[in-house]
Amino acid sequence: METATITNNVKSEEYFINMGPQHPATHGVLRLLLTIDGEIIKKVEPDLGYIHRSIEKMCERDSYQQIVHLTDRMDYLSSHINNEAVCLAVENALQLEVPERVKVIRTIIDELTRISSHTLWWGVMGMDVGALTSYFYGFRDRELINDIFEETCGARLTMNYNTPGGLRNDIHPNFVKRVKEFIAHFKTKLPEYDKLLTGNIIFKKRTKGVGVLSKEDAIAFGASGPVARGSGYSCDVRKYHPYSALDKVTFNEALHTEGDSYARYLVRIQEMWESISIIEQLIDIIPEGNFKVATDAVIKLPKGEYYQKVETARGELGVFIISTGTKNPYRMKFRSPGLSNLSLLNHITVGGKIGDLVATMATIDIVVPDIDR
Amino acid sequence: MTNEELKELVTTWFSGPESAHLEFTEEGSQFLNISIDPDYLHELMSWLKTAQQTRFDYLFCLTGVDWGKELGVVYHLESTIHRHILVVKVQTSDREDPVFDSVQDIWPTANFHEREVFDLFGIKFKGHPNLKRLFMPEDWKGFPLRKDYEDEVNMVVK
Repeated sequence: METATITNNVKSEEYFINMGPQHPATHGVLRLLLTIDGEIIKKVEPDLGYIHRSIEKMCERDSYQQIVHLTDRMDYLSSHINNEAVCLAVENALQLEVPERVKVIRTIIDELTRISSHTLWWGVMGMDVGALTSYFYGFRDRELINDIFEETCGARLTMNYNTPGGLRNDIHPNFVKRVKEFIAHFKTKLPEYDKLLTGNIIFKKRTKGVGVLSKEDAIAFGASGPVARGSGYSCDVRKYHPYSALDKVTFNEALHTEGDSYARYLVRIQEMWESISIIEQLIDIIPEGNFKVATDAVIKLPKGEYYQKVETARGELGVFIISTGTKNPYRMKFRSPGLSNLSLLNHITVGGKIGDLVATMATIDIVVPDIDR
Repeated sequence: MTNEELKELVTTWFSGPESAHLEFTEEGSQFLNISIDPDYLHELMSWLKTAQQTRFDYLFCLTGVDWGKELGVVYHLESTIHRHILVVKVQTSDREDPVFDSVQDIWPTANFHEREVFDLFGIKFKGHPNLKRLFMPEDWKGFPLRKDYEDEVNMVVK
């Protein structure tokens, strides 16, 4: 019988595989066309548009109050922050000063939203590298925030709590008590997150040195949020263009310089601590007053162009309104953090192993409706 | 740099600012706006990115606009070094075959954003390596964000 010999001149061939649009690790309907050679990734090409609803076109026929709820449906994990971006743009255009009470409540809920988004990301991140427990831990803690939102805003996810001029209704009498309870609870749970994943040797090996993004590339690809800050690029909109009550608080911008998946992971963990600190600074000083100032029933923005940026859980969201003085925007553009962050996926995964693609994608933290809009 | 300094500097880059149709305005916007003839767009953008005094290294928003008669693109630029912001605008009245120079060689982020503008406005970008639709199916007819776009099936008109 002839024995097979292994030779060194094995020829390999590039081939395509299709990932998604229903792949669980793409976190939504995103399809990736992968060109691979053995296990090595040669090219990643996203195919988008599976849930494109043309929100920008819908905005052109809606009034400014109606537009707010459409933005819930972009990055649904940052819905309150998206709503706020539109409201701030409209209020600035009308030169409308909202009560201090509104500003403080908005910032508290912004940061609760950020924690809620990051806990979900943390759970899913663990699951993407094969640790199922983290998924349940993340969802357990996020549930408590959703309960607070439900009580005050009437909804758990797409809250639609902001409106041009203030808030839709006042906070629930239980709000302050429950937020404090949550913070006390979450402060005991975050160290558990570190025990489960942050110091885990398998997790570290899967993420350290993987998917490295340099600071120069982060800027060139328009990255923002934790993705950019993991590469040492200081870009927190809350620092550079503060809005609402952010001028009343002190917090540190989470920055890491390694640029790998682990750095992006650490940035988000640190951001949760910073969000807790911001909420603690504000929760006892919610001023008395109105939760809304009256606006005209039909809002007409003066002719001109208005731009407002905010920091969502994923990065910089920009709202660009071109108004011709009518009750609808002439053109409304949403600069979503997800699209720019996704555009660098090819750059940081090429040359790596296909098994690392899922872990790298998890640290970019994509929400597909934010990209497709 | 202040807006005044930016204005002066940009004017000196072009020997004949009139021929580049260089126009500055701050009216109706919180930023300084520069309009320029599309032929000079790429030259201006390269300068803005590389010149020491400007260093606009962060293209944070790229918007297509249908002005009714003209089609245009609005670029929002920020410098992460000097932290100043500038808006650059181009437009063309050619609705059949609107073409601008691509800036994706200057800012790689423009790659996806220009594809989005091509997809929804039908504006082409010369020099773009992969100019195809980003969201809509490849065989889709028309460009949905244009003002004269009609779709009786999918559009709800109020």
